[in-house]
Amino acid sequence: MAGNNPNSKPMNLTLKVWRQKNTNASGQLVTYNVKDISPEMSFLEMMDVLNEDLLRQGQDPIAFDHDCREGICGMCSLYINGRAHGPESGTTTCQLHMRKFSDGDTIVIEPWRANAFPIHKDLSVDRSALDRIQQAGGYVSVNTGGVPDANEIPIPKSIADKAFDAATCIQCGACVAACKNASAMLFLSAKVSQLALLPQGQVERKTRVENMLAQHDEEGFGSCTNIGSCAAECPVGISLENIAILNREYIVAKATSENV
Amino acid sequence: MSWFTKTFSSTIGRKLVVALTGLFLCSFLVVHLIGNLQLFSADEGIAFNAYTYFMTHNPVIRAMEIILLLGFVFHIYEAYALSRRNQGARSVKYAVNHLDQNSSWSSRNMGLLGTVIFIFLLVHLYNFYFKLKFGEIGLDAQGNKNLYAITEEAFSQWWYVALYVISMVALAFHLIHGFQSAFQTLGLNHKKYTPAIKAVGYVFSIVVCAGFAAMPLYFFFFK
Amino acid sequence: MILDSKIPDGPLAEKWEKHKFNVKLVNPANKRKYDIIIVGSGLAGASAAATLAELGYNVKVFSFHDSARRAHSIAAQGGINAAKNYQNDGDSVHRLFYDTIKGGDYRAREANVYRLAQVSVNIIDQCVAQGVPFAREYGGLLANRSFGGAQVSRTFYARGQTGQQLLLGAYSALNRQIAYGKVKMYPRTEMLDLVLVDGKARGIVTRNLITGHIESHSAHAVILATGGYGNVFYLSTNAMGSNTTAIWRAHKKGALFGNPCFTQIHPTCIPVSGDYQSKLTLMSESLRNDGRVWVPKAKGDKRPPQNIPEDERDYFLERKYPAFGNLVPRDVASRNAKQACDEGRGVGSTGLAVYLDFADAIKRDGLDKVSQKYGNLFDMYAKITGENPYESPMRIYPAVHYTMGGLWVDYNLMTSIPGLYAAGEANFSDHGANRLGASALMQGLADGYFVLPYTIGDYLANMPAAKVSVDHPAFKEAEGAVRADIQKLLSINGTKTVDDFHKELGHLMWDYCGMARNAEGLTYAKGKIRELREEYWKNVKLVGVNEEFNQTLEKAGRVADFLELGELMVTDALNRNESCGGHFREEYQTPENEALRDDENYTYVAAWEYTGSNSEPILHKEELQFENVKLTQRSYK
Repeated sequence: MAGNNPNSKPMNLTLKVWRQKNTNASGQLVTYNVKDISPEMSFLEMMDVLNEDLLRQGQDPIAFDHDCREGICGMCSLYINGRAHGPESGTTTCQLHMRKFSDGDTIVIEPWRANAFPIHKDLSVDRSALDRIQQAGGYVSVNTGGVPDANEIPIPKSIADKAFDAATCIQCGACVAACKNASAMLFLSAKVSQLALLPQGQVERKTRVENMLAQHDEEGFGSCTNIGSCAAECPVGISLENIAILNREYIVAKATSENV
Repeated sequence: MSWFTKTFSSTIGRKLVVALTGLFLCSFLVVHLIGNLQLFSADEGIAFNAYTYFMTHNPVIRAMEIILLLGFVFHIYEAYALSRRNQGARSVKYAVNHLDQNSSWSSRNMGLLGTVIFIFLLVHLYNFYFKLKFGEIGLDAQGNKNLYAITEEAFSQWWYVALYVISMVALAFHLIHGFQSAFQTLGLNHKKYTPAIKAVGYVFSIVVCAGFAAMPLYFFFFK
Repeated sequence: MILDSKIPDGPLAEKWEKHKFNVKLVNPANKRKYDIIIVGSGLAGASAAATLAELGYNVKVFSFHDSARRAHSIAAQGGINAAKNYQNDGDSVHRLFYDTIKGGDYRAREANVYRLAQVSVNIIDQCVAQGVPFAREYGGLLANRSFGGAQVSRTFYARGQTGQQLLLGAYSALNRQIAYGKVKMYPRTEMLDLVLVDGKARGIVTRNLITGHIESHSAHAVILATGGYGNVFYLSTNAMGSNTTAIWRAHKKGALFGNPCFTQIHPTCIPVSGDYQSKLTLMSESLRNDGRVWVPKAKGDKRPPQNIPEDERDYFLERKYPAFGNLVPRDVASRNAKQACDEGRGVGSTGLAVYLDFADAIKRDGLDKVSQKYGNLFDMYAKITGENPYESPMRIYPAVHYTMGGLWVDYNLMTSIPGLYAAGEANFSDHGANRLGASALMQGLADGYFVLPYTIGDYLANMPAAKVSVDHPAFKEAEGAVRADIQKLLSINGTKTVDDFHKELGHLMWDYCGMARNAEGLTYAKGKIRELREEYWKNVKLVGVNEEFNQTLEKAGRVADFLELGELMVTDALNRNESCGGHFREEYQTPENEALRDDENYTYVAAWEYTGSNSEPILHKEELQFENVKLTQRSYK
């Protein structure tokens, strides 16, 4: 908090921000100078300051996605100085604070780049491809009502914890953004392994992985080549082990399912 | 499309082919290395040339040769197809990208490393395999084609030795990522086994490539 | 207008069963002839959409987010209550009902709350069947924890991300119906008006946030599940996009607004650090289990906390409430923190914070134990503030968290407009004047999975299946009005930004309609809000056009609505001459400074009717009948 920290001197920064009017327009990096940025600000609050300045000057503010600003909704993105969600690992852009930067720094801010994520405007991209992957099978087909009592399905704690770890994915798309191949495999694997681990997911286990991978490929994401940038940049720490589980699930499903 | 072609044209299917052929090629490397160790025996190539004769006349080995060729073809073709797809997945590149901060160099440059190895392979095949098969080669004291002499001659040129050593370094980097990556692709990632797989892969890559690189160096410096 | 809550007759415990039998059903083959619009895709919206689509209705879901899963339900941390009694500690439907009614300071409807407690058990079953990874014991069965306002352990949880996991369950059920083609999803599409035909809700007008395209959608019924309006305070724990626009515009079309002034202020949030602050972050209530709240005894004591000796500290909650100590309910803890700061004893550079100190817990249990329990929260605190809470005490301050008020609904969750329903935080229903922890998730899912699917059928069964065309004059008129409003906003070209106005409104609301309110301040605020609203329409500055992705324009529309809603909240707070739950009127307190209810005169739901932006709203009263619980004064001494 300002005042409690003697080092909280305001900073002046140079920003190079990707500006692009709409999906079909061409874009370029535009340079902005921001002054008196408190180190206690979050990165997005720094962007707010810039946008308010632009607005007062009658210029179009920079479009960027954000909502909860507490690291859980997955709406914020931004490729900051060559890193998805910026330099601090295990952190979404909204939880990144300006104290990670120094006075006089130049910060390059780009949108998530992948052909499967068309740019809406400036730094905001269309991540609906990820929803379509979920729609291809990221669920257990149970209707409301008529389900067994919750405690009729005992699940070992270790399995429940592992499924939970996979289920914490916030669908921000940082894995795609950071991947050299623009692959969404880490995202896809998180859902596949969550449901493959749990007894509830067994019934549709094979069809699910077949359909979800087919959708992943159709959306134009790249393939996984086991580089690991995705897991390194994932703000919630989804592990690469999930991709191995996905591969295993897919191989077994293709070899043994009834779907021809 | 049948389920079969669908499977092997999917991203995971293709990757699976790359992994399986990659592991198969690793096994070939072991056989090739062990056989070629006879270059080091101090008999002026008698054992090596006898081994060469065996390898070129045994029907099982001949059949394996075709499988090996297919292994290379599929490994290279599928890796190429995936690379094309992957490059096409991001048309507009980042102005600033620091993948060096989140991944290893070799993992990101498998295509480059593979290309170096591929070029090496062509030179290597031209110099030894094709000469042996289709060229005029003298016979040794036992009456076998004297591939040893060819080897000795080739490795007396510094640039040829350099090409081999550089290529083996590339192969080592290719294998350091490729070996453990193949197991990940096959679905084997487990906290009990993965550290061991990674360690074995590391040792394997270094030992095999060092073994191959030792051959030209041996001829250049000690013969 | 006479408010009919449509509460079924009969004993409390049998009302819902009886009602379910009495409602009319729509024949399965006919269900596909009916269209239902759902606005909002959080717990209530997504669960209702999935369930109604499973039943066979055609559902359209609208969300201003890019994906249904971004809804702010995702941020709920603590857990979800259910009367499962898995712990064998004496829980029951009746106990959950009683705790909720009492926690709400006797300002909620008995029948609704009882139904909520009844269906709570089904929610857990449903979520587990969907694959929601709740916390489990080593034996493989579900784990529970205790939460404020209850003496039993009935809270199911998934670490500190229960809202996320429950929403992902509902989202997956929704996705399944989207894949089947029974739900059509409209992401990045904002509802800007409600359309009535022959007095019934028959559709909405929307704006595509990417293209600016204004479009009408017609249906047989409309459900608003658009969450709460805490962002009227500018700073709150709500997401940046959370807004009142959908329910406010429905209110302007005739839907009554229930108890607008009932706001929950959560005591443990990370304090404001500067003018640039855009939102506040909640730290889980569970921290008060081990943290001790204190301020210096002396005013303006600016020494670092470590240098303030024990006898110069005031552990004010422990001092005033020896029985409950630091674990008093949210409203009590919040008010006392404010009081300490008002006395000039607040800490930090702004003086608007109190310490939450874990030094004793660390001394008693060791660093490891404390870290195991609260590690992720401590990390979050460190990430945001840059300070290490293991070494120096946390600084916390109350922040707006939840709005109990919302559109008035009857037992069927139908608003005063036929065919218009409100679910989840968007309605006023089940929490009275104060919501208990872990009850918001329960209510959202109860409404969506288990209540609306029955009650909406009853309405549709009485309705012809004929569709209304979007070319109907009512739609054209609404579209025209929406366009005119947008053009007006874009053409003002004033000098102050939307955020400037929003911040000013937020300050007024927080200062005069926040944790403590009085008639004088409320009257003052009312005038100021009117002035601010007038200025807004003359002096707000926007850039760009409608036909583009224009985030400032989105915000401008929402703030325009907050400027109207804010006044209604103040009016409601002024009208309610009593203190209850989150509504604390300084004139009405006990000698010990506790909330003093006036059951004789204010045991009613205040349901307000809109009459125009500058005329006084009309108050309608729904008297609350308490037949199963006895009204008592809450005491935590």
